[in-house]
Amino acid sequence: MSQPIAPERTQPAAGRTRGQQALHEMLASNWLATVLAVVLALVLSGVLIAAADKAVQETATYLFARPGDFFGAVWTSVSSAYVALFQGSIVDTSASTLTRMIRPITETMTVSIPLIFAGLGLGIGFRAGLFNIGAQGQIILGAVFAGYVGFTFDLPPVVHVVLAVVAAAIGGGLWAGIAGVLKARTGANEVIVTIMLNNIAVYLVAFLLTTTAFQRGDSNNPISPPLNSNSLFPLLLGSGFRLHAGFLLALATAVGVWWLMNRSTIGFQFRAVGSNPNAARVAGISVNAAYVWVMVVAGALAGLGGAAQVLGTEKVLTAGVAASFGFDAITVALLGRSKPLGTVLAGLLFGALRAGGFAMQARTGTPIDIVLVVQSLIVLFIAAPPLVRALFRLPAAGTEPPVLAVSPSVKEVGL
Amino acid sequence: MKLELRGITKRFGSLVANDHIDLVVESGEIHALLGENGAGKSTLMNVLYGFYDPDDGEILIDDTAVNFDGPGDAMAAGIGMVHQHFMLVPVFTVAENVVLGHEPVRGGGLIDLTEARRRVREISDRFGFDVDPDAKIEDLTVGAQQRVEIIKALSREARVLILDEPTAVLTPQETDELIGIMRQLRDSGTSIVFITHKLREVRAVADRITVIRRGKVVGSASPSAPETELASLMVGRSVDLGVDKAPAQPGEVGLAVRDLTVLDALGVRQLDGISFDVARGEILAIAGVQGNGQTELTEVILGLQKPVVGSVQLDGLELIGRTVKEVLNAGVGFVPEDRTEDGLVADFSIAENLILDRYDQPPFAKGFSLYPSQVRTNAEKRTVEFDVRTGSVDAFASTLSGGNQQKVVLAREMSRPLRLLVASQPTRGLDVGSIEFVHSRIVAERDNGTPVLIVSTELDEVLALADRIVVMYRGQIVGIVPGGTDRDVLGLMMAGVPLVEAREQAAAHHTALGDADIATEEDNS
Amino acid sequence: MSTVVEAPTASSGPQSPRSGAVLAPISWKAPIAYAVVAVIALIGFVVVAPKGLETTFTVSTSSDFFQIAPITVPSTATALLLCLVALVLAGVSFWATRSRRKVGVWLPSVYGVALVLAFLTWSAAGKDSALPLTGLLQGSLFLAVPLVFGALAGLLCERSGIINIAIEGQLLAGAFLAAVVASITHSAYAGLVAAPIAGALVGLLLVLFSIRYMVDQIIVGVVLNVLVIGVTSYLFSTVLKVDAATFNSPPKLPVIGIPVLSQIPIIGPVLFRQTVLVYVMYVVVAVLQVMVFRSRWGLRLRAVGEHPKAADTVGIKVNLTRMKSTVLGGAVAGLGGAFFTVAAGLAFGKEMAGGKGYIALAAMILGRWSPAGALAAALLFGFSDNLRVVLGIVGTPIPSQIMLMTPYVVTIFAVAGVVGRVRAPASEGIPYVK
Repeated sequence: MSQPIAPERTQPAAGRTRGQQALHEMLASNWLATVLAVVLALVLSGVLIAAADKAVQETATYLFARPGDFFGAVWTSVSSAYVALFQGSIVDTSASTLTRMIRPITETMTVSIPLIFAGLGLGIGFRAGLFNIGAQGQIILGAVFAGYVGFTFDLPPVVHVVLAVVAAAIGGGLWAGIAGVLKARTGANEVIVTIMLNNIAVYLVAFLLTTTAFQRGDSNNPISPPLNSNSLFPLLLGSGFRLHAGFLLALATAVGVWWLMNRSTIGFQFRAVGSNPNAARVAGISVNAAYVWVMVVAGALAGLGGAAQVLGTEKVLTAGVAASFGFDAITVALLGRSKPLGTVLAGLLFGALRAGGFAMQARTGTPIDIVLVVQSLIVLFIAAPPLVRALFRLPAAGTEPPVLAVSPSVKEVGL
Repeated sequence: MKLELRGITKRFGSLVANDHIDLVVESGEIHALLGENGAGKSTLMNVLYGFYDPDDGEILIDDTAVNFDGPGDAMAAGIGMVHQHFMLVPVFTVAENVVLGHEPVRGGGLIDLTEARRRVREISDRFGFDVDPDAKIEDLTVGAQQRVEIIKALSREARVLILDEPTAVLTPQETDELIGIMRQLRDSGTSIVFITHKLREVRAVADRITVIRRGKVVGSASPSAPETELASLMVGRSVDLGVDKAPAQPGEVGLAVRDLTVLDALGVRQLDGISFDVARGEILAIAGVQGNGQTELTEVILGLQKPVVGSVQLDGLELIGRTVKEVLNAGVGFVPEDRTEDGLVADFSIAENLILDRYDQPPFAKGFSLYPSQVRTNAEKRTVEFDVRTGSVDAFASTLSGGNQQKVVLAREMSRPLRLLVASQPTRGLDVGSIEFVHSRIVAERDNGTPVLIVSTELDEVLALADRIVVMYRGQIVGIVPGGTDRDVLGLMMAGVPLVEAREQAAAHHTALGDADIATEEDNS
Repeated sequence: MSTVVEAPTASSGPQSPRSGAVLAPISWKAPIAYAVVAVIALIGFVVVAPKGLETTFTVSTSSDFFQIAPITVPSTATALLLCLVALVLAGVSFWATRSRRKVGVWLPSVYGVALVLAFLTWSAAGKDSALPLTGLLQGSLFLAVPLVFGALAGLLCERSGIINIAIEGQLLAGAFLAAVVASITHSAYAGLVAAPIAGALVGLLLVLFSIRYMVDQIIVGVVLNVLVIGVTSYLFSTVLKVDAATFNSPPKLPVIGIPVLSQIPIIGPVLFRQTVLVYVMYVVVAVLQVMVFRSRWGLRLRAVGEHPKAADTVGIKVNLTRMKSTVLGGAVAGLGGAFFTVAAGLAFGKEMAGGKGYIALAAMILGRWSPAGALAAALLFGFSDNLRVVLGIVGTPIPSQIMLMTPYVVTIFAVAGVVGRVRAPASEGIPYVK
């Protein structure tokens, strides 16, 4: 066959007014698709919430006799869950003091810190064509390194926390670097290697917490000594809130990542390797070196997420220090389309879902697991814009940037 | 079997690939479909083969309208196709490939391999192919793979056989064999649709010729029509197949290649003791059928592959052992053979693509910082200079046509002082206008005193550009001959016949293609 | 021991080598790895090990035809012998590499068995309780069940060109539905029937997003895993936990001993005293091994995964084939999920697949996309998993966390090419568009 003939872009139909054109563009935009994806995910999750509600189940038995009862019960169950979610993540409108009112939003910000850090790292990997599934392990290693520096040494203020943060970046970077080096040297698929490294990290931290170097002497529990206070992130809003300086560091890092990817020669390399490794190689870019550095940078960023956990939020190293932030960060990076600003916003959204999820569980008894459903549905809908458009009967986008389309690296070494 | 296409139209978005095409293929004839790359030939055949749905028009077999819902239907109707890029599964055996889709089965859905082998042998023997049914496709030569494709079509009792650019990957001698097979098939009653853009082959074998241009049938011709007439019909204006260039004025040696030997992962020699020089102000062309070591040669020069032994010196500087970056910085411009695969980053802007190999050098960068305004200024200058037709330098490279993409690659590689230009397949898939532009830029670079190394599988291009020609076969140099050497001699050399023998043979026999040439000369006289 | 397989094949290529001594550089990676590991084992298990101890293995169970007395061996001497066997094999590997010969799969197999036995001898040296070899193998097979089904699921999808990262989710969905259906119907077999349906549904979602919306298959897989964890955990908290008696108390599949066969010492109890799920597994592995490589269905499946366009041009519906095989794969993984609940006799718990889906993926790769290979690799992982349990009882110098890491470390070495290059189906992960 000769060259496949590229379908030309559909030009906007002639004869439209400027206003119609603008409306068309807005409807076809990714921004709208994103909002609709979130709405759709909340609606579908609402179905699950309603289905598990006692009142809904009872009214369903006489649905045809008194449908009003049923729909009333559905509305009550879903709306109370989502109101609780909102109150637990943004502003608690039912609270009596200002502190209590604004605490939810600060919790959201606190929870979002590791998500933003790890999401930024994963985003760099995705743009460089690497499927790094290993943020979980990288967060753990970051936390291990930061924690060790934090509770072992006794250093002056500022110096100690800076050193602990640097150690976290090194820990995460080294851990991810293993996958980078193996990819570069042997072509080992980074998806498999990072998944395996996640599991190894889980057992590694569990093992370390049984050793004398890491385990606190006064109990048998797998928990480290409390961190030295000089190694902790300063609190931003005083002792009444958990929000700490890690949040500011995360925002600054996002700006740094933007510069790195869009305004530096390193980012140019990373993007070139991600889009077309062959052309990059022919243009004199060392693709293998780029793979290693992408992984190291991504791991270092995820490691900072670990630092935020151990130096700011938890103040102690446990086996569960990473929670499931590393896996959630994958969805954060995907939702944020691997761009820094998008990742920050997606991190805040998922942070809100998680922070609010606890409040929702406490107040309405809706299990926090529903948050996982919401998150995954959002990403599925984001990944398939035609599905959302079809459901809402929107016009097709002029050009759909292939955000989540197949990356070239997948082709090279199979799974 | 008579095959007729009426008013076939196929659109991709706003592009009309086939515009009301009518075509009649009579029983037992070789019907050539002639057209440039991108004229819509392959699209038409994919419609005929049931691979694409036509937007309009109908297909008739023996005057009855048929409707194909997928290639399976077309095959059932007796239409077989040999694709330009072979549709063979590389890890399967010949027999498995031949029976795929209509497998003989024993109980339990297990494949009857004995029957499968028998089918292969039966057809293979009938046409004198030497094909082992149990060989794996990936171990076969290109010519053998093509024969497997033909067996595959015939085993489905194809009565119309479509051959899509079948000679692109063959040596002239293999092409001759194929022409023999085509005649044999025709004589046994099979109709053949022969798709090509090579005028000489059409004239050698076709019974009738239909020419298409820009998706439309622009005329038909008899095989005896002169080559220039066919060419102008094909491209829409009278064309001069040559390039205007002054005689070369070679200076001292710029590039010196000595004893290069390259092995692949299995230890097979891809390059075997290659030595040659390129002088400043000279175009040296590497001629040969694809896959005879040309790719490896350019990749070794650029530093993408390491030779086992040998040296490559540029103005006395050893390039072997250096990284690609160091080689590029030594003043080597490189135009890769596959621009979309190796030359451009599709979702980078045109401006970014124009600095792909100099993104970290002044004025585009200082330290780790990029200077977007400099990148842009450069892009605006180069797109004007190289006539890249685009709305904006910020547009993705993927939005450009093939010709404009190639101009971007050339603009990048030729916009700095060069000490060597290496260009592989510089005009593959381009329209005639772009070819002329690219050729003139290459000649201009030579006239600047740069040594130029061209790798091309198109004899026309080699003859148009080269001051000297190196013919490669199976990783070795068969001979180095002056530009303008006789086509038949080059053709024989491309099949591995040494220069002296090639001259004797060319004088003694005429190849099938040579006969066609002579026929033209007789017509003209 | 001259079981060298093939003569060098370099000369059979289209280019016969001409005179001259230039040959491809030899890769010494494999023999060096063999030798280094064997030497480390020799030092660890023999040189620095405490001397004068004995190790006891038991091999019989009470219901066998005839009883074999427990075997007691001198620990150090036995470990020395086994390590020497490994060293000799490393030597064979050096010789084979040097003379450019290929060795069969027997070498790594025998090498591995020797070192594992050396390790066991060392671990259980001087312990009061004997090391139950039969129990070790029986448990290995048991723990390998979800891995085998998962790996077969991955294989079915990937052979057709769809990457299945969602095995984890399919196992979990299968485990969930099996538990619920078995509880409601009070029949473990009903649960076994329901499990594949849940897995197939996840497979359907995977293929829908991969084919219809052309979303990257790795992304869909990862996200589907999260979705299944979310949905099953949510339903667990809201429904299963609330009324566990009705919804989450699945009966256990009975162990069925095959008459006669199950009384053969060692292999009898290991292979033929199992639940019906294990017998189904034997059948599925055997059938797939034949069907994938020998049948019309298998030929078409592989053609679609290797060169979809070639398949399309001979009239094979590419996306339909992919859809069918991915749904079938999902069903197979779902069936494997039944292991966690009805076969193990456990109630459903949150995230109870515990990463087995990812290990299954690794088993598929180690097994080089073949059913028999997947079975072997899954057994290897099951063995190392069970070894930890058994050694935990017998008592071992190695911390359990390190033991737990082993399969993952082995997988990394495997994908890094230490056990030889593996070749994935050429078109996997790439959506097919005409």
